[in-house]
Amino acid sequence: MKRYLPFVILMLLVLLPLAGLSTYAMHILILVIMWSVIGMAWNLLGGYCGQVSFGHAAFFGVGAYTSGILYQKFGISAWWGLPLSIIVVAAFALVIGFICLRLRGPFFALATLAVGVILRVSAENLTGLTQGDLGIMIRTRTWVGKIWYFYIILALAAVTFFLVRKIIGSKLGYYFVAIREDQDAAESLGIPTTLYKTIALCISGVLTGMAGAFYMNYMGYIDPKVVFALHDISIVTIMVVMVGGAATYWGPVIGSVIMVLLAELIRSIPALGVAYQTLFGTLLIVIIIFLPNGIAGDWPNLKRLFGLRGAS
Amino acid sequence: MTSAQLEVLLQTLIAGVLLGGLYALIGVGMTLIMGVMKIINLAHGELMMVAMYIAYLLFSLFHLDPYLSVFIAAPLLFLLGMAIQKFLINPVLKVESILPENQVILTVGLGMVLANLATMIFTSDYLSTPVDYATKAWYLSDFWRSSPIELSLSYPWSVSFLIAVVITLCLGFFLTKTDLGKSIRATAQDSEAALLMGVNVDRMRVITFGLGSGLVGAAGCLLIPIYYLYPDLGGQFTLIAFVITILGGLGSTVGAIIGGIVLGVFESLTATYIGMGWAPVGRFVIFVAALIFLPGGIASLLQRKRFGR
Repeated sequence: MKRYLPFVILMLLVLLPLAGLSTYAMHILILVIMWSVIGMAWNLLGGYCGQVSFGHAAFFGVGAYTSGILYQKFGISAWWGLPLSIIVVAAFALVIGFICLRLRGPFFALATLAVGVILRVSAENLTGLTQGDLGIMIRTRTWVGKIWYFYIILALAAVTFFLVRKIIGSKLGYYFVAIREDQDAAESLGIPTTLYKTIALCISGVLTGMAGAFYMNYMGYIDPKVVFALHDISIVTIMVVMVGGAATYWGPVIGSVIMVLLAELIRSIPALGVAYQTLFGTLLIVIIIFLPNGIAGDWPNLKRLFGLRGAS
Repeated sequence: MTSAQLEVLLQTLIAGVLLGGLYALIGVGMTLIMGVMKIINLAHGELMMVAMYIAYLLFSLFHLDPYLSVFIAAPLLFLLGMAIQKFLINPVLKVESILPENQVILTVGLGMVLANLATMIFTSDYLSTPVDYATKAWYLSDFWRSSPIELSLSYPWSVSFLIAVVITLCLGFFLTKTDLGKSIRATAQDSEAALLMGVNVDRMRVITFGLGSGLVGAAGCLLIPIYYLYPDLGGQFTLIAFVITILGGLGSTVGAIIGGIVLGVFESLTATYIGMGWAPVGRFVIFVAALIFLPGGIASLLQRKRFGR
């Protein structure tokens, strides 16, 4: 049963639009799937390889701007950004990796955070290329309905899910986990840690960048403050994974369902709307103290807590 | 170089050094916390923001001079920092989890909460303390009538700079000469050995976090007469503190002072000659250069000199 679960869920999702959901429900679904792509990408680097990045907005933004600049400057459909962002983001990730992967643990985290901020400032100032704070807007949307957007992001999510599973099941995955557990020990066992950390960063960055390119096409508008946002992108990415469970296959998916629904719920209540960062921050603190491995990671403990012992 | 160009350059350097003194004070707090506990406090800038709001409240309610509110805000921040370490970070350090960076993420959450609470209480308007000496300055031509160039030295900037230097020197004295300071340094060097020597490591951690918060609180009070205040200003100062820490070398007070001044000078040079909006990019250039060419920071240079290598 467990082996077929991903396929069953994928089939259900493929058939879901036939049920005739409202536009709003489709929008929420698309957001959930997009965040689970970003979460799974982050999870590969942060959860499995142990390199916690606070700057995934950088990759997201570079992907989005690749798409946007293609449309704005060259007049090509922004959908070409999806394949092109693979090359652009991979090259960008190599540069970032060369600089930041010299650092370890918290230092890497902060360096990536700096990368995100620097990219935002650069995008604001390079008005010739990015339109600065004006942002880039796609004037004619490809489709009015949401069904095709849904299938595109679903395909990307499916590819991401099986890619991550394939990688973690292979030798590469064991290298990643070895690096996470003890980098010095991994190095002394003959694993070229810098190489594998760079690989993890590249794959993770490319997947995030593709989600960014999709975002450009889907939302039709980007500006530096939106796509390079520290709290709304980088931190939410971490929260998606932390809430769901780091280093689990389903953690990012569960996390993104919870986070997107929670964000919509909080924003829909006007009295809570202003306090939404406080609520998110408090949730983050509570999760870290009481559920350090997330919902998927601490599932056995949770089951015990609610008296569902032996339910498996 | 014409005298006008020279004037701009010298004025930029002066502004940079004055700014750097304040940066140093912000950075020292972080380098202390990072050196002792090996954790990064990403709520560092937000703590400074809290101190700035305290100073602002004291000023607008009681007309207390921001420089005097150092004596109120810094102890308050000291207590706040101790509470954070004791009730939030210490429990997390004991919890088993896959990711070792949990405490860093915790401080991010804390920063979010602080910034958002400040927005709710004070709204996101820009605030400042309109002190009457805010625009006072000394001019070179007042002292030297026939000087070919004109330079000015802002009064509040200079006072803030001097107080920052005094506080940093006091901290250096405290760390090297007192018993408590030596225990903190021992914890930073090797916490297990310190434990064996009878140092209460947990208590040192709590005190260090309080001390770091108190220092950044003092920096906030010094900054408010010359800067403006809004709830989201924390993030950029956290980054500044981090860059200074890397540049100066982990846990090194002297390194942080030099690093702060280097960063301040470099930033004001970028702002003058490239453009105001690019100053944060200049910060990052310094950061990358430090990582590539000087991984141990300025502290490693100082050490090399001491050992004659």
